[in-house]
Amino acid sequence: MNEVRQESLDRKPGPDASGRRLLAFLTPRGGGWQTGLATTLGVVVALGLSSLLIAVTGGSPLASVQALFEGSMATWTAWTSTLLYAAPLLLVAVGACVSARSGTFNIGQEGQVLIGALFGAWVGLRLALPGPLLLVIVLVAAALAGGAWAALSSLMYRIRGVNIVVSTLLMIFIAQQVVAFAVNTPWLLQESRIGDAIVSPQSNPLPAGALLGSVGEYPNLQVNGGLLLALVGAVVVAVALARTRWGFRLTMLGLNPLAAKHAGVRVNALGGMALAISGAFAGLAGAVLLASPVGVNRLQPGIAMNIGWDGLLVALVARNRPLLTIPVALLFGVLRSGGGFLAATGVPPFLVDVVKALLVLAFVAPPVVIAMIRRRRAGVRTARAESRPAPVAERVAL
Amino acid sequence: MIGADDISTILSSGIRLTVPLAFAACGEYLAERAGAMNISVEAMMLGAAFGAVATASATGSATTGLVAGVLIGLLIGFVHGNLSHRLEINTFVIGLVLNALVLGLTSYLITISSFDSHQVSQVSIPWLRDIPVIGHPLFVERWPVYLLIVIVPLTWWLVERSRWGLELRAVGEQPQAADVTGIRVNLRRRQALLWCGALAGLGGAYLAVGEVGSFNQNMTAGRGYIVIAAVIFGAWRLRRTLIGCALFGLADAMRLALPALGLTMNSQLLVVAPYLFALLAMLLFANQNREPRALGQPFERGST
Repeated sequence: MNEVRQESLDRKPGPDASGRRLLAFLTPRGGGWQTGLATTLGVVVALGLSSLLIAVTGGSPLASVQALFEGSMATWTAWTSTLLYAAPLLLVAVGACVSARSGTFNIGQEGQVLIGALFGAWVGLRLALPGPLLLVIVLVAAALAGGAWAALSSLMYRIRGVNIVVSTLLMIFIAQQVVAFAVNTPWLLQESRIGDAIVSPQSNPLPAGALLGSVGEYPNLQVNGGLLLALVGAVVVAVALARTRWGFRLTMLGLNPLAAKHAGVRVNALGGMALAISGAFAGLAGAVLLASPVGVNRLQPGIAMNIGWDGLLVALVARNRPLLTIPVALLFGVLRSGGGFLAATGVPPFLVDVVKALLVLAFVAPPVVIAMIRRRRAGVRTARAESRPAPVAERVAL
Repeated sequence: MIGADDISTILSSGIRLTVPLAFAACGEYLAERAGAMNISVEAMMLGAAFGAVATASATGSATTGLVAGVLIGLLIGFVHGNLSHRLEINTFVIGLVLNALVLGLTSYLITISSFDSHQVSQVSIPWLRDIPVIGHPLFVERWPVYLLIVIVPLTWWLVERSRWGLELRAVGEQPQAADVTGIRVNLRRRQALLWCGALAGLGGAYLAVGEVGSFNQNMTAGRGYIVIAAVIFGAWRLRRTLIGCALFGLADAMRLALPALGLTMNSQLLVVAPYLFALLAMLLFANQNREPRALGQPFERGST
């Protein structure tokens, strides 16, 4: 019985159909030009509000925008730092897309990033392996740890019905303390002094063999290995979601779990797996932060730097489309690297967080608003139609 | 060993850490009973704390600051309600965005401005404050603490005894059925979020102009999330929620007091205790069906 149903679902579409499906996948759903227009308007309003805020508080909006640009895009060195920020953001966002597609909202990425970094550091410092092999093992360990951390929430939901959103949220705070505990404990990872200076607890630096190098070095622009990893991840997930049996089932599960169950999808296994995958991507982001070609390469309690939260926002702005997360992650990378530069002009870098939140609102709200307006209009129309007595034949048909 | 004075000190710092949580938890409890999962409590508390300090500094009166904090909480509740229960954008998304927005905004504004320190006055109740051990912690407090005596019963009465509360609970359990009987589901949820905003604002403002007297960047530091944890810990019952708040407040106080007492205990363990409690409570109570059935689910007319 199930076999028959699945066969009809998996029937290979012709080349024409697949092309159309890819296009449908790339164009924002449910809205067309109205949503595009509303989103553009929203972005303009968000940027206007931010400029107003700068102007009211005595800064110069133009100088701030210029500083943002110079810190993130004006030189190849600035681009390098932008790409460095974009890589972990992209990884987190791609993972968030997977769980969101399955109808699960994972908001614990910040904790999964930390746990990934913790296990990556632990493996990287304890295993004496030659260079590239060690790097691979660090990445795998981080992904597995992040995935397992997310899977705990899934397990709690399956066994006792614990709300996933709330449990993933609470697990962030537990992860923070686990990492703080780990770096404070000598038998895990502690280095409290470098030379003669006493520093706050952190791990030893990762050996050089475990670091992600740059994959492409042009005179001044460096493309870091983490970015390559993230791009590959985004494309693989996009293709898997759009073109594989697994992706189809996952989307079906997200759209209508009951229908998916009746169609023979193993709902629990698939949903739990989706959450674990999103955690694994977040864990991988933690390893990328840890093994980044620049930076301290030590596990520190503050290593996650809100990358988990921001990655989640990236996925929201990209409306859970893995390929769209690439430009959005780049935009957020620009805001991050430019934000550091902003401080030099006297405008506090926290302003960037305000801009980010307003931008997210500008991207998230329009499709919902458009949908609501349409629904209202349709509602008015049906209400008018209902006020007239329908012909008898029509009533019977209904 | 630990003497009566030490117990008294821990108790009084425990109470001071509990009070802001208790205010916000009353609001969050009411909102969640209406089915509105509100994760922007953090934003409400933080925004209110900033507003309270700014207003107190501008007017020179800490009480005005307290009122301003409540108003800011109301404003955030209003915005959250309209975005998530009028426009029907995912409530978790709105909560996240508001938390990020308020954190960024307050951090930005505090770096470019400076405020005078103001605190509300302390009230000391004669006779009762002379009771050993518990006298001083309980009866020498900043006056907003005693608002709890009014607000807790009022919240309980609103939810459990008033007609509005009956409808509110119906909205949290069975929005479709409530809608059929003519209750405006999303309106009720917006009203619940206003109550939540006002009380979370009071909690945040109390933290700022009651305890600390000034505003620091991210001064609520996750207290909003603890409030959510307390409501879950209390299995959506007001009394247990307040017990949860007290436990979290005491754990916090212990963390601060233990090193001074010369006791070594793992501070990470004490920080993480509230969250572990909450998760364990969820694991234990989840099967009791105490959770409002429509919690966190948007309501759209005619969807089912």
